[in-house]
Amino acid sequence: MANVKVLVAKPGLDGHDRGAKVVARALRDAGFEVIYTGIRLTPEQIAEAALQDDVNVVALSLLSGAHNTLFPTVVELLKAKGLEDVLVIGGGVIPDADIPGLKAAGIAEVFTPGTPTSNIVDFINANVK
Amino acid sequence: MAFEEIKAGLEKYTAGVEAKLDKAPERANLAPNRLYTPVDLGEGFDYVEKLGFPGEYPFTRGVQPTMYRGRFWTMRMYAGFSTAEESNKRYRYLLANGGSGLSCAFDLPTQIGYDSTDAMSEGEVGKVGVAIDSLADMEILFDGISLDKVSTSMTINAPASVLLAMYIAVAEKQGVSADKLRGTIQNDILKEYAARGTYIFPPAPSMRLITNIFEYCSKNVPLWNTISISGYHIREAGSTASQEIAFTIADGIAYVEAAIKAGLDVDAFAGRLSFFWNAHNNVLEEVAKFRASRRVWAKVMKERFGAKKAKSMMLRVHTQTAGSMLTAQQPNNNIVRVALQTAAAVMGGTQSLHTNSKDEALALPTTESVTIALRTQQIVAYESGLADTVDPLGGSYYVEALTDKIEAEAWEYIQKIDEIGGAPEAIAKGYIQKEIQDSAYKWQMDIEKGDRIIVGVNKFQQEEEPPTNLLRVDGSVGKLQADKIAALKARRDNAKVEETLAALEKACAGDDNLMPFILDAVRAYATEGEICGVMRKVFGEYKANITL
Amino acid sequence: MEIVSKLLDHSRLALSKAITAVENEYDDAVKIMTEIYPHTGNAYVIGITGPPGAGKSTLTDKLAKEYRKRGKTVGIVAIDPTSPYSGGAILGDRIRMMDLMADEGIFVRSMATRGSLGGLSQKAGDAVKLMDAFGMDVVIVETVGVGQSEVDIVKTADTTMVVVIPGMGDDIQAIKAGVLEIGDLFTINKADREGTDKLNIEIEMMLELNPEHVGWRPPINRTIASKGEGIEAVVDSIEAHKAYLIDTGRLAEIRKARIKNEVTAMLNDRVNRYIDKEVVSTDAFDALVVKMQNREIEPYSVVDDIVGKVLK
Repeated sequence: MANVKVLVAKPGLDGHDRGAKVVARALRDAGFEVIYTGIRLTPEQIAEAALQDDVNVVALSLLSGAHNTLFPTVVELLKAKGLEDVLVIGGGVIPDADIPGLKAAGIAEVFTPGTPTSNIVDFINANVK
Repeated sequence: MAFEEIKAGLEKYTAGVEAKLDKAPERANLAPNRLYTPVDLGEGFDYVEKLGFPGEYPFTRGVQPTMYRGRFWTMRMYAGFSTAEESNKRYRYLLANGGSGLSCAFDLPTQIGYDSTDAMSEGEVGKVGVAIDSLADMEILFDGISLDKVSTSMTINAPASVLLAMYIAVAEKQGVSADKLRGTIQNDILKEYAARGTYIFPPAPSMRLITNIFEYCSKNVPLWNTISISGYHIREAGSTASQEIAFTIADGIAYVEAAIKAGLDVDAFAGRLSFFWNAHNNVLEEVAKFRASRRVWAKVMKERFGAKKAKSMMLRVHTQTAGSMLTAQQPNNNIVRVALQTAAAVMGGTQSLHTNSKDEALALPTTESVTIALRTQQIVAYESGLADTVDPLGGSYYVEALTDKIEAEAWEYIQKIDEIGGAPEAIAKGYIQKEIQDSAYKWQMDIEKGDRIIVGVNKFQQEEEPPTNLLRVDGSVGKLQADKIAALKARRDNAKVEETLAALEKACAGDDNLMPFILDAVRAYATEGEICGVMRKVFGEYKANITL
Repeated sequence: MEIVSKLLDHSRLALSKAITAVENEYDDAVKIMTEIYPHTGNAYVIGITGPPGAGKSTLTDKLAKEYRKRGKTVGIVAIDPTSPYSGGAILGDRIRMMDLMADEGIFVRSMATRGSLGGLSQKAGDAVKLMDAFGMDVVIVETVGVGQSEVDIVKTADTTMVVVIPGMGDDIQAIKAGVLEIGDLFTINKADREGTDKLNIEIEMMLELNPEHVGWRPPINRTIASKGEGIEAVVDSIEAHKAYLIDTGRLAEIRKARIKNEVTAMLNDRVNRYIDKEVVSTDAFDALVVKMQNREIEPYSVVDDIVGKVLK
C-alpha cells in the first residue's frame, strides 16, 4: 500500500506558520502522510529531508516575500539530489505577477490567500506521480 | 420595571418569536443570543465594581479619565521596507500627513539578529521591513526626525536590546538625552515562541535580556515602554478573542514574575508595561475584548502582585487591525473591513492604532494605500462621533454580557496555565500552540464548510483582473546592504569593536545588566550580527520542537 | 539489482528508494532484501521507546550528534502513529532533527504505523537492515508510546533504552508492566524537573523486583536533552552494555533470537496470507462455514482437514 507523503516546510526566516500548520492538518485529514518540518529552514535542509523521506510532494509556505529566491532554490536542490518526480507546490503572500516565473522554475502550482485546503488536496491527488 | 417583570417579558418574547419562526434562520450557528436584556447582566449588577469610572480601577471603561475628549489615540502607522533611506522617506511622509507616531518594521534578518550578508539572510533582506545592520543604518533611518519630538514603536523582540541601544545612540548624536525618549519596543519573546517565530535565544537568557531592559530603562529611559505584550500575533495565528487576551495576560504574568524575581519592585516597572491587541472583524466582540482585558489585568496586578500605583494596574494598549482578515480577493473591500476594525478599536478604547492597507494580503502597501488607511483613522476620529464620548458602548446589555463572558473564559485559561506551571512552561509543553492551532483549523474548516462567510472568498466571488501597482522591494537591497557593511568595516575602529564585543561576551557569561555593554558595542559600530553572534555563542539558540 | 549496487555504493537516494519499496510492499522489495542480506549484521541497533512527550526525538537527535563526535555514522528510523480516522499521519519527529540534515553521516527516515503495527515491525526491521547494509555504524529505532506493538519493534534492538520523565503521575505504573523487562538502560529526561529523584527511586525499586536482569544492572541516566546535558553518559552506558553483551556472548544469543523471531514472523505472515488467499477467500470455505452454522459439520475436523492439505 503506497501512501502519498508530503513534506510541509517553511524556507527562510518567516515565522508565520498558521497556514502551513492548517494545510498540514488538512492533508493529514485527507489521508496523506505529512512530514512537518517547521520554520526557518534552509533550502538544503528541505531538499535533504525530502530525499530521506522519499516524499511525493514538497509543499512550501512563505509570507515574507523571499519566495522568488527560495522556492526555485529548493527545486534545483531536489533535482541535484536526483528527486526528479517530486511535485513542488507553494503558498503564501505571493503576487500574481510572480507566479509565471515560479512555475517556469518548477513550482507546479502556487496557492494564494483564500485558497480552500480542499483545492490543495485535489491538486495533489490529480498531479502526484 | 422590576427584575422579575423583565424576566417574564423576556420569556414571553422568546416564546412568541419561537412560535413564529417556521424555518431555521440562515445563520443558525451564531453564538450570541437573539436579544439581550438586564437579565443577562444578573440582578445584582454592580456598576462600581464591574465598570467604575474611566481612569479608575478596574479600568473597564478606559485607562484615562477623559479618553478621546482629551486627545485622540496615537495614529501610528507601521512602516519600513528596503533600505533605511527608503524607509526614512516613508516616515517623513507619514509624519507630514498627520501621523502622530512612528512604528518601525524591520526585515527578518534584523529581527533574528543576522547581518544582511549572513547566508541565512538570503532573499529576505529588506523584504518585510527595513534592513538595519548597524548604528550607521539607524542614523539614516531617523535622519531629519527629532527624537525628542516623536514617539517611536519598534517591532523588535529577540534583539530588542540592540535596536533600543541603537535608538539611544542616534538620540545621543542628535543631542537628545535618553530620559526624553518616548516609544515602545515589542520585546515580547514568549509570543515569539508561541506564535510569531522570530526568537533567537533559549527562554532563560531571553528573559534575562528582558528584565535587563526593564531595569536599565527604569533608571535611564523612564518614558520608554519596555515591552509590548502582544496578543496581536496570537490572534493572527488563529486564536479566538478570549484566547488572545488570556494567553497574552498569562505571558504578562510571567514577565512580572521574572522582574520581581530579578529583584525589581513591581511599581517601579509595571507602569511601563504595555499591550498590543488585534482589532478583528466582529466589532462588538472586539469592543468587549478590550474592556474585559483591562478588567483582568487590573485584577492581576492588584490582587496577585500587590501593585499599589494605579498606573501599574492599567492595561494600556496599542492596536493593529487584523492582517489575517484582509482578503486577496476584491482588495477594495478591505478598506471597509479596516474601517469597521478601526471603529472596534476606538470604541474599545485603544491608546494607539495602526490601520492596515487594502493591499497587504498581496504585498507591502503602496504610499496610496497607506494614505487611505491613515485617512480611515482620521475619519473615525473627526467624523464618526465614536470618539466623542468615553466608552460609548458601556451599559449595552449585549456588550456588558459579552465582556463578562470573555473575562470568564480568559480567567479559565489563566487558571489552566497556572496549573501547568505558567506561560513559559505551557509554551514549552506546546499547550498554548495547540489551543491556537485548533482554533485556526476550526476557523478554516468553518469557511470551507460555508459556516463562516468571508465576502469575496466563499460568497459573492467575482472574476477579477490581477491587481497592478503593487509595491515591489528591489532585489538589489541585499547587495546595497552588503556594500554598506563592507564600507563600514573599512572605516570603523575595528580594535574598538573587538574590545567592546569581548567585554559583552564576558558580561553575558556573568550576571551584569547587559544594556551598557550592548550600548558600547553599538556606539563602536559593531554590526547587529556581530553583537547577536556574541550572545548566540554564550547563550545558544532556541530550537522549536513543537509539532502539531 | 541496480538499486542494491547503488545503495551499497552509498547512494542516499538508493537507500531512500529501497526503504520506500519495503514500506509500500513494492514487487521488488523481497528481491532487494534478499540481495542486501549478506551485507547486514554490522550495525549496532539501538531501540528507544517511552511515553509521548518524553522527549525521545530530541534525545535521539542529541545521541546521533554524540555518535558523530565519536566518529560513527548513524541511521535513524522514527516511527509515528497513523490517524485511525483518516489513514493519514503527521510525522513530527523530523522537526527535532533538522540540524542533522547537513550531515552526510546521518540518515533519518520517518515511518507511519499505517494501522498495522505487526506489519510495521517487519518493515521497520527491513529499514534498519537497509541502513545497516548502507554502512551506518549505529542504527537507532525510535517509537512513540509503550504499547505491546511498539515494544515489539524496539525489542529487536541490541540495546533498548526506555525514556521517562518526571511528573507523569500514574503513567509510570501503566508503562512499567510492559516496558520494564525490555529496558537495558533507563533515561530520565527533563531531569531538571521536580520529581526526578522520586522517579529514580521508583525505577530502582522496580529493577530490584525484576529477576530478568541477571548480570547486567540497567543503569539509570539523567538528561536534559533540550540543553544537551547528560548525553555523553547515555552513550557511554550504551557502549558499556554493548561491551557486556559481546564479552558474555549475549550479543550472539540475542541476535540469533532476533533472527528466529523474524523468520517466525515471516513464516506466520506467509502462511496467513496463503490461508487467507487460498482457503478463507474461497467459495468452498464459505460453503463450509454455512454448514457449520447449520450444525451439519463441526469446525474441529474441518481445521484438521485443511491443515492436513496445506501442510502436506
